[in-house]
Amino acid sequence: MMNIPLLLPTEWVHELLMGWMPETAVSIVEMVLIAVVYLAFFAVAGLYLVLLERKVAAWIQLRLGPNRVGFWGIFQTIADALKLVSKELTGTVKADKFLYNLAPYFPIVAALIALSVFPFSKSLQAYDVNIGIFFLTAVSSIGVIGILIGGYGSNNKYALIGAMRSGVQVISYELSVGLSLLTMVLLTGSLQLSEIIETQRTGGWLIVQGHIPALIAFMIYMIAGTAETNRAPFDLVEAESELGAGYHTEYSGMKFAYFFLAEFINMFIIASIATTVFFGGWLSPFGITDGIFWLQPIWFILKVFIIILLMMFFRWTYPRLRIDQVLTLEWKYLLPLNLMNIVLMAIIVWLKFTISW
Amino acid sequence: MPEETIVKDPFKTEEYMINMGPQHPATHGVLRLLLTIDGEIIKKVEPDLGFIHRSIEKMCERDSYQQIVHLTDRMDYLSSHINNEAVCLAVENALELEVPDRVKVIRTIIGELTRIASHTLWWGVIGMDLGALTTYFYGFRDRELINDIFEETCGARLTMNYNIPGGLMFDIHPNFVQRTKDFVKHFKTKLPEYDQLLTGNVIFQKRMKGVGLLTKEDAISFGTSGPVARASGVASDIRKIHPYSALDRVEFNEVLFTEGDSFARYRVRIQEMWESLSIIEQLIDNIPDGDYKVPTKAVIKLPKGEFYQRVETARGELGVYINSDGKKNPYRVKFRSPGFSNLSALNHMAVGSKIGDLVAMMATLDLVVPDIDR
Repeated sequence: MMNIPLLLPTEWVHELLMGWMPETAVSIVEMVLIAVVYLAFFAVAGLYLVLLERKVAAWIQLRLGPNRVGFWGIFQTIADALKLVSKELTGTVKADKFLYNLAPYFPIVAALIALSVFPFSKSLQAYDVNIGIFFLTAVSSIGVIGILIGGYGSNNKYALIGAMRSGVQVISYELSVGLSLLTMVLLTGSLQLSEIIETQRTGGWLIVQGHIPALIAFMIYMIAGTAETNRAPFDLVEAESELGAGYHTEYSGMKFAYFFLAEFINMFIIASIATTVFFGGWLSPFGITDGIFWLQPIWFILKVFIIILLMMFFRWTYPRLRIDQVLTLEWKYLLPLNLMNIVLMAIIVWLKFTISW
Repeated sequence: MPEETIVKDPFKTEEYMINMGPQHPATHGVLRLLLTIDGEIIKKVEPDLGFIHRSIEKMCERDSYQQIVHLTDRMDYLSSHINNEAVCLAVENALELEVPDRVKVIRTIIGELTRIASHTLWWGVIGMDLGALTTYFYGFRDRELINDIFEETCGARLTMNYNIPGGLMFDIHPNFVQRTKDFVKHFKTKLPEYDQLLTGNVIFQKRMKGVGLLTKEDAISFGTSGPVARASGVASDIRKIHPYSALDRVEFNEVLFTEGDSFARYRVRIQEMWESLSIIEQLIDNIPDGDYKVPTKAVIKLPKGEFYQRVETARGELGVYINSDGKKNPYRVKFRSPGFSNLSALNHMAVGSKIGDLVAMMATLDLVVPDIDR
């Protein structure tokens, strides 16, 4: 009993449950508990990312932003969510009811599955799958199915155009996301996320280790990641001045909220991958606080937060691209650059030109 | 028969039509565009007008000449002062009334302020149409200052009703000169900011350059005017061709570009703001003393005949045609509105481009729907 303060909360809960019930029951209860914790955490995180976005937009646009509901508007998005929950779920008469109702679950479920593999700290990770990066890219591309069938199922031409744009765009930029992450995998030699972070504990963050190709990979990753989340300057999917609201034109209430929340959780995912792969995950800069385990999640969230801010600055300063320009950028510039970058990285790793200490 | 064709051509695509408007974020009002689209490519654009038709021209036949002025506010509400001025000039010319110098100078200063206000709003909106929402708030920040000046002088911010046949409704506010000077000083520091935020942006230039081409010949044949025509190299500035009010005593350049694309139309308007600032600077320090109006009869009766006055609003040439039969109200009034002619070029420009480009083109045409419909 002496070392209880040193035990991690997860281990403590495990010990407690093991005293009560058989092992199979314990694992089932633990799974449910973890799922509930994740759902709760990311519902709240999604809501506060919306608030942060509105505040950042306001700061850039000479406004104050939400400031009426609670101090500094901190309950604004919760009030918004309550409003959306209580709203009527309308729909078009001629919609394909099955697809129309199914669509909102895809983006949100895909986003939540992807979250399960992130190491928030050394031990705070729900599922340390050994093909982590591969799993992430695979799961995050499920979300686009929801957008496609949502746009198709709602029987609205604007929604259909938005969905088709989304399909074209997300499938194209998947390539760049995958390849830029693959560049970094060459450095670590492992797809497992915990393993990738271990590599950075000894040799410095990967963006430093891999220097030039890593920087290029990071830039490509940020561009492609922004496109993956359908955010400006790649927000052609919902381009409000062109298509009204794009693929979710016909959705209301909670169904709309699923799409909306998924966008913000996707942003969190993109930033989390960048944090893990390029900026050392939960590691502190130069290992200053690596011994203190409760600071690890804070470092992780802090880095994610900075990258999310970067993506928000993109959104509020850049105009939107046109659909052919989006595809030109990917297929004519980013993809060839990415392929060359992989070769460059391979040569650097082969000749051991990496920077490490 | 249809089954056979399906088998023969499995990849056959069909054109389809979508309604853009009357309630659509990019049409800035209640313009309805019927688009025929093949995938993303536009095949045909048919504007459908009449959603905000208030029969202003017919109402003018009912009203006295003083009342007509107030109706014109509601046409192109972003250059309401210039619309008022056009009617007043037409009536004054018909009556052969010489207005004092003070009136002329004040009219010109407020006219140019109106032009800047209209262009700042347009600049905000073009960014918004292209997905850069931030520009909207920057444009409105500067426009608010102009509206404040207007509010102090004539009580209204948008539909000003400051002109009357024979002069102005009241004299300028004592603060007017100082506040205008302050604004000019402020805006000279803010205009380069516009360029930093939008003009130099690579994405913005890619979206604008080479898009919505309108050659000089087309610009003339569609009857475009204002910045749209000047971006295609047509020297059409009424302020130069046919100076009115105090515009004959100021030095300014007519902004001309020859590219004829969306980016040229954008740059014409940005440059015009600089020119307007220079016009204001030349006039603001020497507003002559004198009366702010000449007395007219309570019931103005124009002599028999036809009278025409053209002015340059922020959108182009506004023509006011008055046909009088000597009574207290006109027999027929016709407004030649710039927006209507500029809109007619949209189909020609848009065919073959993408939906996103159509929005950009509409933004550079600077359409104000009540001006098109009247």
